[in-house]
Amino acid sequence: MSFNGDLLKKLVNAFGPSGDERQIAEVIEKEIVDYVDEVSYDSLGNLIARKKGNGKKIMLAAHMDQIGLLITDIDDKGFLRFTNIGGVSPYISLGQRVIFKNGVIGAIHMEPMDDYSKLKLENMYIDIGVSSKEDAEKLVSIGDSCVFKSQYYENEDYVISGYMDDRIGCYILIETIKSLKENINDLYFVFTSQEEVGLRGAKTSAYRIDPDFGVALDVTGSGDTPKAKRFAVGLGKGAAIKVKDQSIIVSPKVKEFMIKTAKDNNIPYQLEVLENGGTDSGAIHLTREGIPSGVISVPTRYVHSPNETISKNDVNNCINLLLKIINSEVDF
Amino acid sequence: MLLKKLTEAHGVSGNEKEVRNIIIEELKDYVDDIQIDRIGNVIVYKKGEIDTPRLMLAAHMDEVGLMITKIEDSGLLRFTCVGGIDQRILVSKPVLVGNKKINGVIGAKPFHLQKKSEWKKALDYKELYIDIGVSSKEEAEKLVKPGEYVSFSSNYTEFGDNLIKAKSLDDRVGCSILIDILKTKRKLSIYGVFTVMEEIGLVGAGPAAYRIEPDIGIVLEGTICSDVSGTEKHLQATELGKGPAISVMDRTTIFNQKLRSHLIEIANKNNIPYQLRKTTFGGNDSGKIHLSKAGSITATLSVPCRYIHSPISVMNKNDYTNTEKLLNLFIEDLEKGGFYSEL
Repeated sequence: MSFNGDLLKKLVNAFGPSGDERQIAEVIEKEIVDYVDEVSYDSLGNLIARKKGNGKKIMLAAHMDQIGLLITDIDDKGFLRFTNIGGVSPYISLGQRVIFKNGVIGAIHMEPMDDYSKLKLENMYIDIGVSSKEDAEKLVSIGDSCVFKSQYYENEDYVISGYMDDRIGCYILIETIKSLKENINDLYFVFTSQEEVGLRGAKTSAYRIDPDFGVALDVTGSGDTPKAKRFAVGLGKGAAIKVKDQSIIVSPKVKEFMIKTAKDNNIPYQLEVLENGGTDSGAIHLTREGIPSGVISVPTRYVHSPNETISKNDVNNCINLLLKIINSEVDF
Repeated sequence: MLLKKLTEAHGVSGNEKEVRNIIIEELKDYVDDIQIDRIGNVIVYKKGEIDTPRLMLAAHMDEVGLMITKIEDSGLLRFTCVGGIDQRILVSKPVLVGNKKINGVIGAKPFHLQKKSEWKKALDYKELYIDIGVSSKEEAEKLVKPGEYVSFSSNYTEFGDNLIKAKSLDDRVGCSILIDILKTKRKLSIYGVFTVMEEIGLVGAGPAAYRIEPDIGIVLEGTICSDVSGTEKHLQATELGKGPAISVMDRTTIFNQKLRSHLIEIANKNNIPYQLRKTTFGGNDSGKIHLSKAGSITATLSVPCRYIHSPISVMNKNDYTNTEKLLNLFIEDLEKGGFYSEL
């Protein structure tokens, strides 16, 4: 399977912090609209694409929102104050560039500080290159959000870029949709909103769809960097099948089914036991009377930084595994 | 006056009966249906000529307060906090204990007997007690039992330039506005919900939204206002007298952008002052409402309240009027087919 770098680049560069996902949704919709039977949006901004089938209802979720910053104040000199949307580290933010929906660029800096360990977002500001409040307000309003401006880079094996979380999951769903010749199951591909602030889009879309089985596609960490915390997931070792994280303990039946599918089809896989973090399946599996749910993860270095790094082979293995799973007979 | 009656009533989270009764009494002649659901929310239905969009307006009845945990041999009462309370404000406050409203005061070791080091730190609620003027456990037990609620004793007072001082403006101010709104005859049917236990984790709003399944939810709140010295300008959430605060984001909701813009547009068109709530701390019933079932679109309109969660919160009457005005205009616009049909 070849790797569609152009598509991934388009996805990571589309604007879509939690709560403002319209732009990324439109990019995705354009990619998939010719390959699915129905496309719809709900009140939380989830993009729901259906590919009809006669079998079980399966919900596949990848979140299209990204972490970012929200402007809370503009001072007399035109400096912007902000708060975080999702998990944003002040240390990683310092010195980064941000970009707003309208293309305005800014630089994040901080008030003078002797002790960097005390760095907090509330002591930092964004400089958008203006000299007055009036000029700033022509470009940005309180309540606007922005995201880190990162640069996409790929070599033969790896991709380094911001916002692999979770545009790589969106990429996997899009490529899956495109390579699906026929499907036995009734498939709902959901590009969810507001995952980064608490799995919110997955909660409402899962309620609406009421699936028989749910699979989320998201990034996970990696334990293969210098002095990394012990974590048996590494880049290039295959699709990661989730065992547990803070939001879900995957049902043994689901886990065994996913492992068996990988083994039967010779798809490299690894098992993921994540101590921190959660993803959309955490919300899906608790919907209504409970929905059996699993997760396929892409091992990723430097999650929530502008240099999230992944292996192309892992991504292709995730797509292969997902294709096999959704065309299996599922019965839990 | 309604707001006086509401703020002087007692309704610490889980014990909202007194507030509930006032609300029902106020509304019973004006609406088509009033139900108390199984968790204690008051769900009011005011029928109009049109039912789309299904509009749910919510304000919470409960307030922060205390609960008795133990009666000491001396007859002094130990307590715990219900909801978010700044412990530094507790000492020397008059309180009313239990449904019999026994007078009490929150006491602590006198200043003279404290070590110098003790002056410098705020007393933890575990070091404080409520004195109800009895001298033995036996006498105290005749008046109060562990598990009974305690609320601040604080009168509604108007003062200064259009200001009001009262306890529990968060969220009796929302209740009061919602009662006003529900008394007015309208074309659009409205569900008005007075929720329980918001202060301990948005408990009542979820079941209410589950039952109503709104298309649009508007939460009416009293919110943080720190426009006084000691808070840097960029950390001041709202300012008193600058109009209703429209929320952008808090810990429980990222508010729908289109609805926010629409409310701002209405305010601008009608010269109603408004402000954006410039902080993302805290959360409110919207967190549960917008995620119920298949989800809904929500907004929060708040009256700024200084010294919130204390016995002496302060608000401006103009903010009250302007919040109500903005909400009324929004509903009128919905009735004319605005906003929802354009989504």
